[in-house]
Amino acid sequence: MPDPQRRTALFATAALTIAALAAALPAAAQPSPAAASATPFKVGYVYVSPIGDAGWTFQHDSGRKEMEKALGGKIVSKYVESVPEGADAERVIRELAQSGNQLIFTTSFGYMNPTLKVAKAFPKTHFEHATGYKTDANVATYNARFYEGRYLAGIVAGKMTKTNTTGYVAAFPIPEVVMGINAFARGMKSVNPKAEVKVIWVNSWYDPGRESEAANTLISQGADVVTHHTDSTAAVQAAEAKKVYAIGYHSDMSKYGPHAQLTAVTHQWGAYYTKAVQDAMAGKWKPGNTWGGIKEGMIRMAPFNPVVPKETQDLVNKVSGDIGAGKFHPFTGPLKDNDGKERLAAGKVITDADLSRMDYYVEGVQGKLPTK
Amino acid sequence: MDQVAELLVLTLAAGTPLVFAALGELVTEKSGVLNLGVEGMMLVGAVTSFMVAATTGSPWLGVGAGMLAGAALSLVFAVLTLSLMANQVATGLALSLFGIGLSAFVGLGYVSIVIEGIAPLGVPGLSDLPLVGKLLFGHNPLVYLSLALFAAIRWFLYRTRPGLILRAVGENPQSAHAIGFPVVRIRYLAVMFGGACAGIGGAYLAVAYTPLWTEGMTAGRGWIALALVVFATWRPWRVLAGAYLFGGVTLATFQAQALGVTVPSQLLAMLPYLATIVVLAIISRDATAIRLNAPASLGRPFHPGL
Repeated sequence: MPDPQRRTALFATAALTIAALAAALPAAAQPSPAAASATPFKVGYVYVSPIGDAGWTFQHDSGRKEMEKALGGKIVSKYVESVPEGADAERVIRELAQSGNQLIFTTSFGYMNPTLKVAKAFPKTHFEHATGYKTDANVATYNARFYEGRYLAGIVAGKMTKTNTTGYVAAFPIPEVVMGINAFARGMKSVNPKAEVKVIWVNSWYDPGRESEAANTLISQGADVVTHHTDSTAAVQAAEAKKVYAIGYHSDMSKYGPHAQLTAVTHQWGAYYTKAVQDAMAGKWKPGNTWGGIKEGMIRMAPFNPVVPKETQDLVNKVSGDIGAGKFHPFTGPLKDNDGKERLAAGKVITDADLSRMDYYVEGVQGKLPTK
Repeated sequence: MDQVAELLVLTLAAGTPLVFAALGELVTEKSGVLNLGVEGMMLVGAVTSFMVAATTGSPWLGVGAGMLAGAALSLVFAVLTLSLMANQVATGLALSLFGIGLSAFVGLGYVSIVIEGIAPLGVPGLSDLPLVGKLLFGHNPLVYLSLALFAAIRWFLYRTRPGLILRAVGENPQSAHAIGFPVVRIRYLAVMFGGACAGIGGAYLAVAYTPLWTEGMTAGRGWIALALVVFATWRPWRVLAGAYLFGGVTLATFQAQALGVTVPSQLLAMLPYLATIVVLAIISRDATAIRLNAPASLGRPFHPGL
């Protein structure tokens, strides 16, 4: 007679081990097949989600590939994807540093403290942390002015909406997302004073089902242009299915909404990565704090859908040029919040510090910001 | 009024993945087996259906494949727990983790693919009728399938002899075995039925609701389905009500936000869970009824030789 108790434990352990192995598989480090010269400069990347085909991590990986292509065989890069923000991150960053990577990019906000901690232990290694605000002797930060693209997207939406209602599927009410909504509303208002944007918070960066539900709700309430600050392509796909317009985010999502997508605000990290790696190789690397935008080529609009009239395209290109040349800032006073309170006097330009703690909706956004 | 009809259509669409997965799990649990692997089986169903739909161009073939994949994964669970007597809770959890990893791994090459999903039904003439048109004829075909499944399960469990036997096995496998019913075989079938349903639930997400594949796209719906079964005290109509309630409250919070209601969105995000738990706890508050409905041998291994 077999002993069922022992068998139980045995097989449960076996099953758990198999599952753990399978779960760990996609997160394993993937060496990239770059040609290696004698002693190539080693660069490491940590990604928060799977690379996929669109979204935040996809854009970082495209930047990595661009950098690799630009620097040919002089470097070798390596990435680890799907690294949760937390204890695992520290372990992964430490491993990358230990295995001889001389420059390590950690591409999510939640990697801030693990990056700083590991950087202390590896003073000769350079670290670059995306979207953070703490630097150190060997830790730089970098981020993009996503709001510049949002303003341009707002112009397109303001010109294209017929119902004067647009929709915005948003993840979490943090300043980065709020400033995107506000920039979008200001761009929209600049060409269509009657237009308003409705916001739905889904409280998740990534849940295609909920993103789609939120987009459908906005459309059912009259929004005929929807955009999103979440990670999947669901909002663009929902717009395509409901035959309304959409503006993609992070990546060009025209494949998912060939009729719906008017344009997309895309992130471009390639040039920045190339420069950072070159600087590090030449010994010129500095622990800076980069916040680049259209000027630095970090933000670019995806090609316009042919339904966008020529004059609108020209206008967007002109404003884009002005922003790039430093002649125009999307948050130039007078700036009123949607309670009518003046936040910035006429002619004044918002400071970066005020931008990064934005906690109000501007005119043109409906509703109240949930954090208040 | 069209707004209301639209909202109801969206509600049913949002609740449907939960209906599939929870009804399947209900049948499994009614036979006395607790399979916590629903999330994993849904994801494997989702990725399989998407891969088949992308390769063959037929989303319906995808749904069939998703169903089979869910059943196949549940068969692994059945072999481990029913034949090899592994602990059901541990194996079920392992199955979820395994399914999450496996689906991500096999689906790697498919994240960039766009497919033509199963579109909502449109009956010429009928779907355009005011109010009732959309409500009766405007759903996704899989929504009708889930309702048919609900009716079939209710009928099977409470109106047929095999249904009675299944419940008897869940209540007291020793007695069922003593009077000659093949307890282990019945449990195998119940587990595989649950797996197939979870597979269809995942397939619904991947080829009908949001036709795309990305890692972890079920976003925890499998766990909600599991909770629904318990809170619904193993009664099919309560499972159905709970699933639609959950979907409906989620959508209602979105509607409220879009209308400009000033409630913290974090609170709104909590509401679907809260409302579902409260409502189901209230309608299921009768302790005797819970004891009557709960399968008495749930989660306990059964070995005919012991």
